[in-house]
Amino acid sequence: MKGIQHISARIWLSLLIFAGFATLPLIAMATDDPFLLLIGTRILAYAIAAMALDLILGYGAMVSFGHAAYLGFGAYAVAILNSYGVTDLGLHILGAVALSAIFALLTGAISLRTSGVYFIMITLAFGQMAYFFFVSLSAYGGDDGTPLQARSTLFGSDALENDRVMFYTALALLIILFAGATRIVGSRFGRVLIGTRENPVRMEAIGLAPFRYQLTAFVISGCMTSVAGVILANQAEFVSPAFMSWHRSGELIVMVVLGGIGNLTGAIGGAVVALLLEDWLAVLTEHWRLLFGVFLILMVLYSPHGITGALERFKGGRK
Amino acid sequence: MSLLSVRNLCKSYGALEVTRNVSLDVEPGELHAIIGPNGAGKTTLIGQLSGKIAPDSGSVSLAGRDVTHRSMSDRVRLGLARSFQITSILPRFTVLENVALAVQARSGSSFRFFAPVAGERALNDAAMNALVEAGLDDRASLRASALSHGEHRRLELAIALATNPKVLLLDEPLAGTGGEEAEAFVQRLRALKGRYATVLIEHDMEAVFALADRISVLVYGEIIASGTPDMIRNDPKVRAAYLGDEEAV
Repeated sequence: MKGIQHISARIWLSLLIFAGFATLPLIAMATDDPFLLLIGTRILAYAIAAMALDLILGYGAMVSFGHAAYLGFGAYAVAILNSYGVTDLGLHILGAVALSAIFALLTGAISLRTSGVYFIMITLAFGQMAYFFFVSLSAYGGDDGTPLQARSTLFGSDALENDRVMFYTALALLIILFAGATRIVGSRFGRVLIGTRENPVRMEAIGLAPFRYQLTAFVISGCMTSVAGVILANQAEFVSPAFMSWHRSGELIVMVVLGGIGNLTGAIGGAVVALLLEDWLAVLTEHWRLLFGVFLILMVLYSPHGITGALERFKGGRK
Repeated sequence: MSLLSVRNLCKSYGALEVTRNVSLDVEPGELHAIIGPNGAGKTTLIGQLSGKIAPDSGSVSLAGRDVTHRSMSDRVRLGLARSFQITSILPRFTVLENVALAVQARSGSSFRFFAPVAGERALNDAAMNALVEAGLDDRASLRASALSHGEHRRLELAIALATNPKVLLLDEPLAGTGGEEAEAFVQRLRALKGRYATVLIEHDMEAVFALADRISVLVYGEIIASGTPDMIRNDPKVRAAYLGDEEAV
């Protein structure tokens, strides 16, 4: 029997996904479709966010319904720092992470006093508070948001203005964060986190009070999500409170569920499938959400472990 | 000095007094059994010892240190481990992982984010030792949910041992086992005797009288007698209140 933290089979799948991503610019070049790279970058950003959410939702049983707030923090970190003449991508990420860490620490400490449905509702409430804070921030366009003067700079150069460089930078960030998250899941900390998901009372009975570990995971997840926000702002060259609406939080949960809860590779796959489906179905009909809903229901009914669960079953089908 | 010392513990739920002025001591290496009819308040008592339930008044000290207001996890770190009457494990972890996590809780920080924990020899070795003591070493790599009921009871014990306790609180470790399985379990507890101060709550009278150095009898939340197994066996109050006509005991 493989241990609870065993994930090597999924690592292969994720390498396959990363390789697929890496060839996308070639396809874009061959088909002369500039939008492909923009869509790809957007998918990469959501893949990071879904993966970050899965770290607490899947491994820690904390269903955060306010995670889009961190997308907003990332995006506004870019816009706000830019307006003060700070344009470096690294500093943008640093700002986004710092802001998210503070917000996650404060709201997490309060939210974690609850669990289950109450945790969902309280994280939603905090997410909405963040949303309305930025709606009222008239210096940055309030409700309408504000366009970016330029994308972040990379070591002083404006290389990110090139969509291909932007795309590969996003891919590099995804791979780095995936490697980090994978290590966390397999670490001492990860084992405690999964233990709190399985049986919090047992964890206390061996001397590990869940709260500190859950809160730490919550902060890590929020910080990771904000990196996705930094990418999204640069991809769209625009920031607005729409990044952090509660619909967005819901979409992130859908991606995690679609990919397979408690499975980092799955979350990435879930983001890819959800966004591609959204694009394709939207071409077919303006009522695409209806079709998407049907798809989601079928997935949950017939493959409760999501896309990766279905793949693993398919692979192990002959056993 | 007693390792575990309980003084004048009281707990009421509304008008119902479930723990009435309970005092007891457990000496190093001693096995102190608490018996009593159903509803006598045994589980509530062990809940107060382990920190799950806060008493209304009275105190609990561990190795001379007042822990009355410490949390369950704090007490475990100070050396007070408990097993559960109803099996409480991590069902999707392997047996070894269940125990290794308990070892981890007392050795080194759990705020380590990068090194793979599955490869930590020291954790796995210590966990394996606890599994050997509980007689579960041949099940180490199975998923905990795949074990039989009797094996779950032994896993509970292994997890408690792995926290490196000074005092063991065993809440009906034999619950739901019978026959040879129960007998084997009693042998295991006998082998552990003397190494840990133990509070044993158990319905199996045969096991209690075979293992205990001292027995306290809890009736309606109150300790009505406390003494060696022989004293308890011959105490007329105990016979009247609890043992009834069970001459066989």
